[in-house]
Amino acid sequence: MSNPQQLRYSKEHEWLSTAEDGVSTVGITEFAANALGDVVYAQLPEVGSTVTAGDTCGELESTKSVSDLYSPVTGEITEINEDVVNDPALVNSAPFEGGWLFKVRVTEEPADLLSADEYAAHTAG
Amino acid sequence: MSSTEELRHTALDATHRSLGATMTDFAGWDMPLRYGSERDEHNAVRTRAGLFDLSHMGEITVTGPQAAAFLNHALVGNIASVGVGRARYTMICQADGGILDDLIVYRLADTEAGSSHYMVVANASNAQVVLDALTERVAGFDAEVRDDRDAYALIAVQGPESPGILKSLTDADLDGLKYYAGLPGTVAGVPALIARTGYTGEDGFELFVKPEHAVELWQALTKAGEGVGLVPCGLSCRDTLRLEAGMPLYGNELSTSLTPFDAGLGRVVKFDKEGDFVGREALAAAAARASENPPRVLVGLVAEGRRVPRAGYPVVAGGEVIGEVTSGAPSPTLGKPIAMAYVDAAHSAPGTAGVGVDIRGSHEPYEVVALPFYKRQK
Repeated sequence: MSNPQQLRYSKEHEWLSTAEDGVSTVGITEFAANALGDVVYAQLPEVGSTVTAGDTCGELESTKSVSDLYSPVTGEITEINEDVVNDPALVNSAPFEGGWLFKVRVTEEPADLLSADEYAAHTAG
Repeated sequence: MSSTEELRHTALDATHRSLGATMTDFAGWDMPLRYGSERDEHNAVRTRAGLFDLSHMGEITVTGPQAAAFLNHALVGNIASVGVGRARYTMICQADGGILDDLIVYRLADTEAGSSHYMVVANASNAQVVLDALTERVAGFDAEVRDDRDAYALIAVQGPESPGILKSLTDADLDGLKYYAGLPGTVAGVPALIARTGYTGEDGFELFVKPEHAVELWQALTKAGEGVGLVPCGLSCRDTLRLEAGMPLYGNELSTSLTPFDAGLGRVVKFDKEGDFVGREALAAAAARASENPPRVLVGLVAEGRRVPRAGYPVVAGGEVIGEVTSGAPSPTLGKPIAMAYVDAAHSAPGTAGVGVDIRGSHEPYEVVALPFYKRQK
């Protein structure tokens, strides 16, 4: 699997796009999606709510488990992916594209987000 | 299972790895959890066919002139009444009635000299416990208990296409092989015990073969199933398949703190069989208790929402805890989360209003239903 070079990554396996007009898109990585198995339910943060970097902001349920969703940055939620709410399998089939989870107006970004190569090294262990 | 202990590998280990399986530690065995999407594997078994490696199951051979009398004493069922070539779902209980394991017992053969040959198949997690109990209980009987866990690999073909797939590889009379029957035969040139059993709620077969023949048989089945959509299947879909079919899993619905009557499976206990058996007195009391004043009853729950109940989650009604989930999963067939749960008898009738599951602090509404959730059309 390959992690897109233009994204940055958290150690909790979320990815973050480069901000456009201050808004970044967030999803989970292919590595995380594979580890979860078929995602059957996504509880995403509410539009307008504030999320904090490193804190839980939702959950993803798969056949075998439920996993907390962490926000990689601090900011205000501007949009959630309704397609994923209606068809959570998108998280498995296109984690970096149609399976994105939410958009956030970033107010603060932690210093320890990883590059694609650093994330690859992180998951290789 | 301590993590320092070496995981055991089945004869098909390299095959699973070459298929890209996600592996998991199951009762000390490194087993395939899934090969791709567990939902696709589940649906393949419901509509076409799936291929499983179940070599972790624990086979124990019981032979001797008093093998039948011994098993009648050691287990709660009437094993002496099982005909040659047939199988029986049964349980082994403690003296206090608690369930040690649920089992399938096959009567493989009788000899002219009056000796019988049985195979007892235990859950992987309990195989040693069952072996120890049988070894202890055989004292005084003219019978022998043998650990045959390493003597067999077990491959299952399950799903509506499984008879056709198997027929293309064997001359054995599959049409004459009824559900819960087993006969020795040859499949793809490999000697096998062919059993019409399974744990999926579908028609299917379980093939007990020597471990050195496992890869050859797996490959032959894979090839024979190519045209009809057979896919390799992991333990994850096996769990959702058995849950939809309302079949209990030891460690979830069954435990030493429950009797078969508590689990709604009192029918497996045969008080009218010849001779005494381990647990009889306690089980008779449990039977009376269950019919007069049942403590909790095993029910099915179907979600109205999409959040999935998991084992151990409290079942609630009117703000009170009235039970506990024993197994829960998103059901691919129903398209909704489902669960099995023990609930207070007062809330156990199908359609009981106001029942929910406490899913990490939020009470989600659930419908109480009769088990199973899914029954195949015959």
